[in-house]
Amino acid sequence: MTAWVFAEEIEGSPSEGSLELLSKARSHGDVTVFYVGDGSDASWTTLGNHGATKVYHLDPGDSLPSAPAAASLADLLESDGGEVVLFGAGNTDRDVAGRLAARLGKPLVAGAIDIDATDGISVTSEILGGTKAVATAITAASPALVATRPKAFAAEAVGGSAPEVVSVPVPDVGRSGAVIVERHVEASVGPDLEAAAVVVSGGRGLGSAEGFEMVDELARLLEGAVGGTRAVVDAGWVPYSYQVGQTGKTVKPNVYIACAISGAMQHVVGMKGSSTIIAINKDPDAPIFAIADLGIVGDVHTVVPQLIGALKERA
Amino acid sequence: MNIAVCVKQIPDPAALYELDSENHWVIRPNDQVLDDTDRFGIEIGLQLAEESEGTVTLFSMGPSGSLQGIRQALAMGADKAVLIDDEILKGSDALTTAQILSAAIAKEGFDLVVAGMESTDGYTGTVPQMMSEILDVPCLSFARNVEVEDGNVTIERQTASGYEVVSAKLPALLAVTAGVVEPRYPTFKGIMQAKSKPVDTLTASDLGVEPHIGQTISSVTDVEARASGTVIEDEGEAYLKIVETLEQAKVI
Repeated sequence: MTAWVFAEEIEGSPSEGSLELLSKARSHGDVTVFYVGDGSDASWTTLGNHGATKVYHLDPGDSLPSAPAAASLADLLESDGGEVVLFGAGNTDRDVAGRLAARLGKPLVAGAIDIDATDGISVTSEILGGTKAVATAITAASPALVATRPKAFAAEAVGGSAPEVVSVPVPDVGRSGAVIVERHVEASVGPDLEAAAVVVSGGRGLGSAEGFEMVDELARLLEGAVGGTRAVVDAGWVPYSYQVGQTGKTVKPNVYIACAISGAMQHVVGMKGSSTIIAINKDPDAPIFAIADLGIVGDVHTVVPQLIGALKERA
Repeated sequence: MNIAVCVKQIPDPAALYELDSENHWVIRPNDQVLDDTDRFGIEIGLQLAEESEGTVTLFSMGPSGSLQGIRQALAMGADKAVLIDDEILKGSDALTTAQILSAAIAKEGFDLVVAGMESTDGYTGTVPQMMSEILDVPCLSFARNVEVEDGNVTIERQTASGYEVVSAKLPALLAVTAGVVEPRYPTFKGIMQAKSKPVDTLTASDLGVEPHIGQTISSVTDVEARASGTVIEDEGEAYLKIVETLEQAKVI
């Protein structure tokens, strides 16, 4: 069978998410990648290394890629066939997946953590904060469209040879088109949230944006990244890029420190894969304690400054 | 400007959600609330309508119940609501939802559609994109700092490494994330007026949309819970336990 993987170029390379998907896709046979971006020999080598056998390359230039990519991918799927198309959780992944599903009139199963192709396509996803696993059988005619959660699979190079690369023209999408006028890269301070070995996150219980400063300081001392819950992002204390949870990032650090976080389902699903979870919360009934390896029932405004002091003494 | 805003009534997120043991759907009480994430889209819609002397119409699919959530949205200042409530739409997938909402919006006419990126209770996070394909309009997703001028809409779209400024001609669809604006609180006057604002109710057949069935839930199982560890009460020295745990994890 042929599996397709959607790959968006991020800062000159295939997205990390697309390499994760290749690990899963190559176990099912040939893998065709639909690649959106400038493209380069280095990118093709990386894709081949991770198991891609063929690459269709769409360079949208200054066009917003979602509509042209969906139109182009729909045409290629019709001519080449394919049993399953895998998307990651990136913003453009979601835009293209949604438009493609509507264009093809096919269901899109989102939030997948596993895919089984032994008897038709069956997709496993987790709902209600990761407390329930749902198996969904796709009964519509192929291709099955599946969007996965970040880090559902581990990216792994297998040393495949260079794939065949075919450039595809940018289709005219008429009034669905949009133009990218400017691009801005926002430099983030400290390590990448999704790759950091230590993540220190804060919740509404910190009380204010100023209360977040001790979370920053603790993260700095541990050379970790800073995260937040949806509540504090909604409140404007930290930018959306800090958000850990269902509608934000998924993190699996070595140590996750949850400061004044109650443990709502939406948050837990983004961090429950952490190796060690330390939680500090005033409320002894906070759901976060049910998943914490070490839970401290206490005031963050007391415990965290003490911890910061102790770490400074060791430095 | 004619602005359509998509909203959803959901069970109170503070309560524990229960699934129907037979069909695995979330059990929906009669009194549902407005999904908090929709308040951002409503606010943007209201601001743009105020600038252009336009109107804001709410569109929602799902069981009407007491209409509590819809009234909450009307109380913020929207002019009217169109609700698609139909027994055959129960358990609909994202594509059917997108087809229904698009058909209802197209029927009313629109210059701009505003939707949240995803609901709090369902979160497939792809309905706005599907709607933009069905309506054949640009999908300005992950949007903040929205400006409309001379028939063009310009936004900042969040990306993996920052943001990009994206521009398109109207009609268009905006999908906004939470936190992009400060949603207004309903005034007492707004709450009173909301009680008498028009709410039209439609069925799937009114819109000529057949529910789409391309997937079936084969099982729902409990995920093995993470073993809980030690919980201690801070009596002044709990931070030492944290230091010890950090040492064991070899991060200090």
